[in-house]
Amino acid sequence: MLKLLQLLEEDCTLTDSQLAAMADLSVEEVAQQRKALEEDRVILGYKAIVDWDRTQREAVTALIEVRVTPQRGEGFDRVAQRIYQYDEVESVYLMSGAYDLTVIISGRTLKEVAQFVGEKLATIEDVTGTATHFILKKYKEKHLIFERQEPQERELIFV
Amino acid sequence: MNYQTILNKRIQAVKPSGIRKFFDILEEMNDAISLGIGEPDFVTPWHIRDAGIYSLEKGYTKYTGNAGLMDLRREIANYLARRFDLHYDPKGEIVVTVGGSEALNLALSCLLEAGEEVIIPTPSFVCYGPLTEMAGGVPVYLQLKAENQFRLTAQELKSAITPKTKALVLPFPCNPTGGVMERADLEAIAAVLEGTDIMVISDEIYAELTYGQKHVSIANLPGMRERTILVNGFSKSHAMTGWRMGYTCGPQPVIKQMLKLHQFGIMSAPTTSQYAAIEALKNGDGDIEKMRAEYDGRRRYLVDGLNRLGLHCFEPKGAFYAFPDLRSTGMSSDDFCEQFLRTQRVAIIPGTAFGPGGEGFARVCYATAMKDIAEALVRLERFLDAIK
Repeated sequence: MLKLLQLLEEDCTLTDSQLAAMADLSVEEVAQQRKALEEDRVILGYKAIVDWDRTQREAVTALIEVRVTPQRGEGFDRVAQRIYQYDEVESVYLMSGAYDLTVIISGRTLKEVAQFVGEKLATIEDVTGTATHFILKKYKEKHLIFERQEPQERELIFV
Repeated sequence: MNYQTILNKRIQAVKPSGIRKFFDILEEMNDAISLGIGEPDFVTPWHIRDAGIYSLEKGYTKYTGNAGLMDLRREIANYLARRFDLHYDPKGEIVVTVGGSEALNLALSCLLEAGEEVIIPTPSFVCYGPLTEMAGGVPVYLQLKAENQFRLTAQELKSAITPKTKALVLPFPCNPTGGVMERADLEAIAAVLEGTDIMVISDEIYAELTYGQKHVSIANLPGMRERTILVNGFSKSHAMTGWRMGYTCGPQPVIKQMLKLHQFGIMSAPTTSQYAAIEALKNGDGDIEKMRAEYDGRRRYLVDGLNRLGLHCFEPKGAFYAFPDLRSTGMSSDDFCEQFLRTQRVAIIPGTAFGPGGEGFARVCYATAMKDIAEALVRLERFLDAIK
């Protein structure tokens, strides 16, 4: 199971037969384990990592520090839930330290993001403060480097 | 000027590698998939590169001692003890060289008198024969057999020994076959060598890349350390080919002579690379594990695919090569590989490039991205269908 997860986390485009050979399992075993992992929501989904800056589409991402008042019996979960329901919200993490939640949101323009924070996020009951940081440039995400790496110039040698 | 009479005849007699023609075709194709180059596709781990950069920032740009930085030799000694239970004194038994290749050259040059023989099991990496010839020796090629998974047997070794035999090259884990020698195999070889004056040059550059079992060095066997010149380096284990970092270990009287040759021919191995190598040994064991696991996945996939397509391939337990048997296609290795390259644009290396015994096989390197291996297998299937 762990081996399968490691392989998929690295590259989810691997086919079941590739995974089978690599993890020393049969194709049926891979299909079975994968199905179980998906059903148990150990695997939440499979997504491409996109560099929107290379396209015509405008996109801004912001990281928002959110301070909230935890609720009796529910802690931070209920307010986190109210935040993550919004489609604009990409990720929500509970943090240790100076603030409580990290919320990552993406929108088409700065204005769109600012509006979301001002009108939706900051007005949620129990949210006591926000600090919005716009992401200026992405260098690396999920172990992938955004900048194209120029290959070393080379002449083939026989080794 | 008639250079033929001017230039050394021994050197002139050495034939250049026949594989050049093949690479010329490959270099002109920019969309070809290459499973041809025997080199890790990983970039050297950042902390190692960083150590090299840091040494430059600190201004460490001078020569080092001839044998290499003492710190590095100490780390090499610790590493060999930790990983392979090999014990060498950093003072007098270790020399840091410009890649494993220089170490091989030092070993052969220091051992050979004119006309003395070196037993070279083949198929194997191409440098042993030419280096032997250039040092005035005579290569005695010993063809390993596919049915033995390209291991060297005691019987084969016995049959190749003559009164002129000076050394045996032991190239395991093996490029190009992926074959390994397990302890029992080595014990049989050691029994043949015992009581002779034959030296072993053990090229263990792929020692870290074994799958399912740990590499055993012949120097680890009783009575063998005194007759073994160990050659190793950082190229394959730490993806550091371009840094040119190797080393050799052996009994003090042998190393003493090798150091002279290194001292006058090279001075010292590159200083920046030596600082990077210290970092590789201090904090790089995890990198090795990670790369090995990655290679292992690709290895399983490739070998499985080759066998599925009917190109029989024994399980290669070392290095990063598979060595499938092409004989069922009725084609020669050269024809197969050239046509495969020309029609399907995938480069693999004909077994004949690795000396006698390679005919009928090809080397497929899996130090390549998984998607390339997958695509190469698709094209191989297409090729096999077309030549049926």
